[in-house]
Amino acid sequence: MYETLCLSALREGESAYVTQVDAGPAMDRRLTDLGLVRGTRVTCVLRSPAGDPCAYLIRGALIALRRSDAAGVVLERQAQEVPAQAVAT
Amino acid sequence: MNQIALAGNPNVGKSTLFNALTGLRQHTGNWAGKTVATARGEYTFEGKRYQLVDLPGTYSLAAHSQEEAVARDYIQSGQADAVVVVCDATCLERNLILVLQVLELTGKVLVCVNLLDEAERLGIQVDLSGLSQRLGVPVVGTAAGRQEGLDDLRAAIAELVGTDAPAAPSRAPGERVTLAERYAAQVVRSEDVGRRRRQQRLDRLLTSKSTGIPIMLLLLGMVVWLTVAGANIPSSVLTASFARLGEVLEDLLAAAPEWVSGLLLDGVYRVTAWVVAVMLPPMAIFFPLFTLLEDLGYLPRVAFVMDHAFQKCRACGKQCLTMCMSIGCNACGVTGCRIIDSPRERLIAILTASLVPCNGKFPTLIALITLFFVGGQGGLLASVEGAALLLGTLVLGVAGTLTCSRLLSATVLRGMPSSFALELPPFRKPRVGEIVVRSVLDRTLFVLGRAVAVAAPAGAAIWLMANVTVGGATLLAHCTGFFDPFARLFGLDGVILMAFLLGWPANEIVLPVMLMAYLSTGSLVEFDDLTALGQLLGQQGWTWLTAVCTMLFSLFHWPCSTTCLTIYKETGSVKWTALAIAMPTALGLGLCLCAATAARLLGLA
Repeated sequence: MYETLCLSALREGESAYVTQVDAGPAMDRRLTDLGLVRGTRVTCVLRSPAGDPCAYLIRGALIALRRSDAAGVVLERQAQEVPAQAVAT
Repeated sequence: MNQIALAGNPNVGKSTLFNALTGLRQHTGNWAGKTVATARGEYTFEGKRYQLVDLPGTYSLAAHSQEEAVARDYIQSGQADAVVVVCDATCLERNLILVLQVLELTGKVLVCVNLLDEAERLGIQVDLSGLSQRLGVPVVGTAAGRQEGLDDLRAAIAELVGTDAPAAPSRAPGERVTLAERYAAQVVRSEDVGRRRRQQRLDRLLTSKSTGIPIMLLLLGMVVWLTVAGANIPSSVLTASFARLGEVLEDLLAAAPEWVSGLLLDGVYRVTAWVVAVMLPPMAIFFPLFTLLEDLGYLPRVAFVMDHAFQKCRACGKQCLTMCMSIGCNACGVTGCRIIDSPRERLIAILTASLVPCNGKFPTLIALITLFFVGGQGGLLASVEGAALLLGTLVLGVAGTLTCSRLLSATVLRGMPSSFALELPPFRKPRVGEIVVRSVLDRTLFVLGRAVAVAAPAGAAIWLMANVTVGGATLLAHCTGFFDPFARLFGLDGVILMAFLLGWPANEIVLPVMLMAYLSTGSLVEFDDLTALGQLLGQQGWTWLTAVCTMLFSLFHWPCSTTCLTIYKETGSVKWTALAIAMPTALGLGLCLCAATAARLLGLA
């Protein structure tokens, strides 16, 4: 049982896997450089006071992305993966 | 001499490694025709000399930005006898993507896994020989901050130079990521030691809604207070020393005609000495403090917290860092804009840099606030009131910056915010020695050099204005008389406007020039005694409105000469430099006109 959502909808402490990156050519390139491609596990770690941008753990590095950019990244997570587990990683 | 290039992601301790290898035998400059900073330095190992070239830190070599193009072209040109790719052991997987990319350009590669001490604290272990086997190139581990592994690195570089290895076949970007993931999974072992969670807790504290912004304002206030309060003593020591040196020079010039000694001593020497004495101490305090926050890893968090406001102005969140640098010195703020990737957003930050008040404006602002707006009885309440008003002017400067950024985005620099990916590196222990050297050499002395170059001729001009008489009055008096009616419209007077014009070399001398003109003396006048200053300004017809308008104009007027020169060097364009001068001036005059007209219409002044 899988659930599809976009990166900007990922809540603090939650993790999921990337299935598709479509955030515009420049951003796609930058995200690839940062190692965010299909199959990458992403965790939302921090929200800024305004809720935008958010910081994500991508391949061991903490990267802040704006909501408009994060909206172009599609994720998939198993419905039973509970946020508490995600926090521990 | 062998040329060795240092490549790597940003924030991997590349410059620390560079400094550790070369000591201070280095020089920085720009890549020809590009505003990308480069450092070159030398070291000797086993009798051979090596030149180290520090390439800009990049995530990729795809040549999408100036930095990437510079790094790629240099590696591809084959000028380097070896390329050292520096990696951060705490996030090796991401760093390996760049390593694989470099390997596709040249085979003469050495991988340096740096920050091993940080990794150890985070419970991360890297199998260096395993990594070397998989990549097919030598791998050395270092902790450059602690000077560990440097000799191994030098030896490995010496061994690599002269050998030749073919470049790897090129791969698709996605393939590189997959390969990096596989290698990292095989050579990196990570156990949870709780430190990561402590870092996350600190991150929440520094960026959450309830604590992030108060902590940021508190730190900013502390830095400004330390700078203003701490600069007084060294400033007066410097002033006294320069005065003694001035007496010596006076003796030397005793035989010269009066106008020669006047021009050289009261003009050139006094103004230059003044600028150095009041400019050097605040910058020598501010920039090490700023670099300390940078080194701790706090500054990217500030950009993270503030990005939303800048996003609304279609600008980049990193602009708030260049604004903080502008408090130290506008010219440094302008150079700092290099950290902003997108050319449009970088230009916005450069053009608005001077809307944030620099150190040099604080003495004038503080004096006027104390004289006109704080109850005269002194004490704690008065100093809190004064500090709050100073913070208020700073906030006004920030508001001006945001407004102008938005206006620029809507007009000459139209466009949407470009992609924004900001790395928040782990918090690190600052390296104090390096901080002092780096901030003093790179920032303070750089600005001081440029300021002195302009202050000397300006000193001569000020002296001539104040001492050459035509028809019974000095040139300065003629000018102030000419500007007076125009200036009164804006709530100022001729002397104030003229003082800002003559104060172009440095905001620090605006008030001294003003007093020189009011008192009709031939050289700059110091304002030691606030009460006397208040009386003098009162005699010259100053009201609270004059003070408000002078403060507004001090906050928003043309950038100082050093900043103008720096803007020209960074943009390479007369047009943009002219806009950077015109925009704050128009804003300042507009605000003064509104304030003066409103006060007059309401019968308040």
